[in-house]
Amino acid sequence: MLPRAGARLLSTAARNSVLQVCIVGSGPAGLYTAEKLLKRYGEDVRVDVLDRLPTPFGLVRSGVAPDHADVKNVTNQFTATCRDPRVGYLGNVSVGADIALAELRPLYHAVVLAYGAESDRRLGVPGEDAAGVFAAREFVWWYNGHPDARDLPVSLADVESVAVCGIGNVALDCARLLLKRPAALATTDIAGHALDALRKAGRVREVQLFARRGPVQAACTPKELRELVTLDGVAVHAPPDQMAVSPADEAEMKAVRMRRRMYDLIKGAAAKQPAGAQQHLRFQFYRNPVEVMVDPSGAACGVRVERTRLEATPRGVVAVGTGEYDAHPAQLVLKSIGYRSLPLEGVAFDARAGVVPNTAGRVLREYGGSEVDPGLYVCGWVKRGPTGIIGTNSMDADETVDSMYRDTAALPLRPVGGGAALRELLRQRGVRAVDFGGWQRIDAREVAGGAAVGKPREKIVSVGDMLSTAGV
Amino acid sequence: GHSSDEEGSGETISVTFKCEKDGSETTVRAPLGKSLLEVAHANDIELEGACEGSLACSTCHVIVEDESYYNRLPEPCEDELDMLDLAFGLTDTSRLGCQVIAAKDLDGLTVRLPSATRNFYVSEKGEAAAAAD
Ligand SMILES: Cc1cc2nc3c(=O)[nH]c(=O)nc-3n(C[C@H](O)[C@H](O)[C@H](O)COP(=O)(O)OP(=O)(O)OC[C@H]3O[C@@H](n4cnc5c(N)ncnc54)[C@H](O)[C@@H]3O)c2cc1C
Ligand code: FES
Repeated sequence: MLPRAGARLLSTAARNSVLQVCIVGSGPAGLYTAEKLLKRYGEDVRVDVLDRLPTPFGLVRSGVAPDHADVKNVTNQFTATCRDPRVGYLGNVSVGADIALAELRPLYHAVVLAYGAESDRRLGVPGEDAAGVFAAREFVWWYNGHPDARDLPVSLADVESVAVCGIGNVALDCARLLLKRPAALATTDIAGHALDALRKAGRVREVQLFARRGPVQAACTPKELRELVTLDGVAVHAPPDQMAVSPADEAEMKAVRMRRRMYDLIKGAAAKQPAGAQQHLRFQFYRNPVEVMVDPSGAACGVRVERTRLEATPRGVVAVGTGEYDAHPAQLVLKSIGYRSLPLEGVAFDARAGVVPNTAGRVLREYGGSEVDPGLYVCGWVKRGPTGIIGTNSMDADETVDSMYRDTAALPLRPVGGGAALRELLRQRGVRAVDFGGWQRIDAREVAGGAAVGKPREKIVSVGDMLSTAGV
Repeated sequence: GHSSDEEGSGETISVTFKCEKDGSETTVRAPLGKSLLEVAHANDIELEGACEGSLACSTCHVIVEDESYYNRLPEPCEDELDMLDLAFGLTDTSRLGCQVIAAKDLDGLTVRLPSATRNFYVSEKGEAAAAAD
């Protein structure tokens, strides 16, 4: 009954001390969880990692900017984890589509949800769905070659001005990619279609970053800000009235070194006026987008913003509208106000925060309740929301694995089908699962394709091509 | 601040790593010229180095316990400060382990590896369960 590949696993699975874990999602949260499970349980664990894409690594591949190659070094560590004999990788398996969570759970002692945040918060303003308006998430997927966004209708040809709503790191990444010389991107792993589009478009003349609050509240981090404000040939503008600081801002900058450093970076950059700059980066603080303006053809042509001021409330400092409005032309509008996780059938969901409700990584039976759903765990962005850097997921995985360890160490383990049974089920359904060897064939072809054009890799952007390259 | 003639001289200094996560304390010999990240890895000490020492993460964050040792270190560069700002549990004597290079005047250095979850690898029954590694 069981496929041959399962024979070795079966012998160990039969030992009741071996914990069988399935992790849904192969981003940092999923792979740090796998790594920590191996450390904690030693020989007494088997881990299968599923991803809906044939390719692993989540946002390290499809989020981290192409010109941040060093950040992606962490994939070496993740690769070592995936190649461990106790770990199996099954790409191209979408939980909720190819297999239901309710089918997966009986096959394993524990399932860890680490499927990230693949939706967005909405602005909730008129014009938001017009042509030329994109969630930054989709735009990032587009330039990083995520298969779901390869056909995103990004047309840069007639774009002079870009409006980016939000001032977190994702907003800054988008602004940088649009203002950077295409030649400087040509040696990165940027998707081929994005490089072509940027090259053909010539350079975007202006990017405006709209932030509801002030420079001291900006949600970005110093490294990304420094890179953006020191771009070659780009003049930085920050209106002096928007750079004024209140006593509360002063106190905040004194308390948090990073706040002071970021404020100084913006102020310093705006004070320099590079002669003859052809491109402009404009910070627009205390500006809340209230409408995307749409031309008669249905395409975005600008954003209308309401000026704000800050008010201290019990919930912290919030921006309130002043009733004064401005309009700014923009032919491309990127909404970068936050990612959200998607609900999954068979698990509780906190629709307000957009996460799976949990306590220290143990999933709750229902949102607002306190009863734990035994054997179900969560890690990463779907657990704590879309914040933090890659390393944050390491500490997050520590917590989840800790909880699992406490729950399972004392328990006798029931016999389960594990990876062998899952593979058999997927085979019966005709799901073409990609194992880690399959990914390595994709990887090798991408690296070879990149070498031919002076890039570290030329990403394959269609699932069909990925599957045929993987040989499944 | 890392002098190449010291590197490979075979000389070593003593460095202690205090790991908050499991409460362990390990004293090792660190060859001159090696970074604390390299020294930790050579000795199976759990110091993360996600970007492999290229100043693009902050997972190698260490806290120098004694301020007089901290003051002996060459000043951090802007790039290190940028990454440090993101480190969990930043203190006034925080550094990135991949940027701290073993030098003679650091003999006896002690660093702490901060952790968000302080589990002591103790199971419900109270036995130390992590002895395996
Ligand atoms: C644009 C951008 C840039 C960033 N840049 C940096 C940076 O430079 N440095 C840094 O430290 N951090 C950066 N981050 C943050 C970092 O990427 C995240 O902290 C991290 O990726 C979150 O990990 P995760 O595993 O929770 O989610 P993800 O990385 O999103 O992984 C989720 C995985 O689950 C899979 N999946 C989704 N649904 C299913 C399903 N139904 N079935 C099976 N699999 C599924 C997805 O395909 C994906 O592989 C960036 C984030 C973004 C968005
Ligand atoms: S290892 Fe990434 S900054 Fe030190």
